[in-house]
Amino acid sequence: MKTNRILTMAQAISEGISQEMTRDSNVFVMGEDVGSYGGIFGATGGLLEKFGKDRIIDTPISETAFIGAATGAAAAGLRPIVELMFVDFFGVCMDQIYNHLAKNTYMSGGHVSLPVVITTAIGGGYGDAAQHSQCLYAIFAHMPGIKVVVPSNAYDAKGLMIQAIRDNNPVIFMYHKGIMGLPWMAFFEGSSNAVPEDLYVVPFGKANIIKEGSDLTIVTISQMVQKAVLAAKVLEEQSIHAEVIDLRTLVPMDTETVLKSVRKTGRLLIVDEDYLGFGLSGEISAVVAENLDSVSLKAPIRRLAVPNVPIPFSRPLEQFVIPQVSNIVLAAQELMVKKVALLEAQ
Amino acid sequence: MLITNTDLFATWGSHSPKGFTMQVGKEKLLWMYEKMVQIRYYEETMARVYMEGKLPPAIQKGLAFDIGAGPVPGEMHLAAGQEPVAVGVCAHLTDDDTVVGTHRPHHFAIAKGVPLNPMTAEMFGKVTGLGKGKGGHMHLFDNAHKFSCSGIIGASMPIACGAALAAKKLGKNWVSIAFFGEGAANQGSFHESLNLAAVWKLPVIFVCEDNQWAISVPKTKATSVVWIADRAAGYGIPGIRIPENDALEIYEAVAPAIARARRGEGPSLIEIKTDRYFGHFQGDPETYRPKDEVANLRKRDPIPKLSKMLKDKGFLTADEEASIVQAMHAQVDSAFEFARNSEYPNANDALHDVFVNGHLNGRALV
Repeated sequence: MKTNRILTMAQAISEGISQEMTRDSNVFVMGEDVGSYGGIFGATGGLLEKFGKDRIIDTPISETAFIGAATGAAAAGLRPIVELMFVDFFGVCMDQIYNHLAKNTYMSGGHVSLPVVITTAIGGGYGDAAQHSQCLYAIFAHMPGIKVVVPSNAYDAKGLMIQAIRDNNPVIFMYHKGIMGLPWMAFFEGSSNAVPEDLYVVPFGKANIIKEGSDLTIVTISQMVQKAVLAAKVLEEQSIHAEVIDLRTLVPMDTETVLKSVRKTGRLLIVDEDYLGFGLSGEISAVVAENLDSVSLKAPIRRLAVPNVPIPFSRPLEQFVIPQVSNIVLAAQELMVKKVALLEAQ
Repeated sequence: MLITNTDLFATWGSHSPKGFTMQVGKEKLLWMYEKMVQIRYYEETMARVYMEGKLPPAIQKGLAFDIGAGPVPGEMHLAAGQEPVAVGVCAHLTDDDTVVGTHRPHHFAIAKGVPLNPMTAEMFGKVTGLGKGKGGHMHLFDNAHKFSCSGIIGASMPIACGAALAAKKLGKNWVSIAFFGEGAANQGSFHESLNLAAVWKLPVIFVCEDNQWAISVPKTKATSVVWIADRAAGYGIPGIRIPENDALEIYEAVAPAIARARRGEGPSLIEIKTDRYFGHFQGDPETYRPKDEVANLRKRDPIPKLSKMLKDKGFLTADEEASIVQAMHAQVDSAFEFARNSEYPNANDALHDVFVNGHLNGRALV
């Protein structure tokens, strides 16, 4: 599958959906502006022309109705992909997502299979303020019953999307706006990469070690992976060798890769664009803390995330609350000099 | 006034279809009667069994009632009095049609053909239950009969739209029924679903069972219109008012809506006035309800009414009635027996079935 073809993440997602729709006539897409607009963030670009309006369905602004309808259609044997335009809009339809889509399989004793993919845009950094800039993946990962996929680049996005569509369970596929490669929003170039034309899957629950290193482990996801890679380059120039782990999926989560890396480096920095409290960074920290019988930390765990405030509008405020490359570099440098308290000799 | 099918659906808005002249066969009438007898006995049996172990002196001192005790713990919402809604609608359906019910689901499930044994075992939390004991009485799922329900008010409607969308996309003439109470007509999901179904011409029938009570709040204090069916006009779809809690009237009145959906012409909204004999849930002190209300409602019990009609038509003798009652009761008794005698799941079964063939937060399921 060697290729030199570079796609944006939006193009890769759309291609993955397109190839699965060609392979399986039960797959269809519905959501706001997924048709002639091609999805506000381009995730369904070109699909209407290929598959027509019966399979690429523009919906009314009725997330409760059409996400609930996805559950009903999936129970009847179809494989809907539904778009929740911004994850921040989950408040208008969460009952259908977490009380029905996420729970019906369990409450039916595993008899009801609901192969639904919810695609949704996450992330800030472009001045869209508190109601259009959140990540919120931890909320979906917190509640049992939905797999949570958060790609950081085009190659992964296509393979993870194909895997999501083939999965017989609900999946929420969360793409960060700032890595989609949109012609109207600055993005990290590392997120557009070589994408094979063939069908392939990226399995869930397998973290990707983007860069190996021996001094500290940076665990991250989504757009923060790209920031961490840039930070690691800076650190490398200072002879600090960071290992960068892209979790790729939160449910299921590949804790083994994290533990293995921290066993090697003894230092852990978690970089997250979701809120600090009760979230991904706390979860990863807990996993490591619960394994301190086999992990020996040289320095306390360090977390970078959005402090517990809504995302502010004004540029200096927003840049302050969302972790930046410079914050990652600084946190890594600090980790290198910090030490854990030693147990007193008995 | 006689409204024919054509008249009724020539314009949008709601109508009271008094004077329908449909010929309903003996077999269909007897089926409705049998199911109503069965539902009533099921609910009465459940009302009794549910209280086992929940009253003094079996429970903690100082409590009047312990909802978590006994063989059937948790909330229990019974539908005695509302049988005509379930049978009048479901008499039109096949196994391919979908029914999505409410938190008060037993009458719908029985009328849709959900087998009594696994349904009852589910309410007892047994491993032989529909959901292996993970759902309970508000969460009954039976794929084979395309039945499901939800404990969330108004949630049936979006899901029923989805089943209807699937039928349409698969090119089938299957219909989908969303049952909901009159209280649910004030939920946002009602508006979203009716609009969506109307704009996409989905084969879904929205059936409102109006028992006048949203727990303790009467419809008059919570709802802007006397007839929820009148709201159909707001969506450009037919609305049908059914003022009688009568199986035959309901059967006849919903027929054109079902036919319209099967023809691919879109949804309808139906409202049926019905009666809730028990409280919102078992143990509900019902202080909000006039003392004699239920006694008065029971005077117009739809089951003896249908029995009399069947006898008047010469479709049923007293002997036949006795054997129907006996057979229906026996099936219910046997289901409760089955549920009692079934095993509980193993405690660590709680960790299974979050996903089908999958993982639980990264740990492969055993």
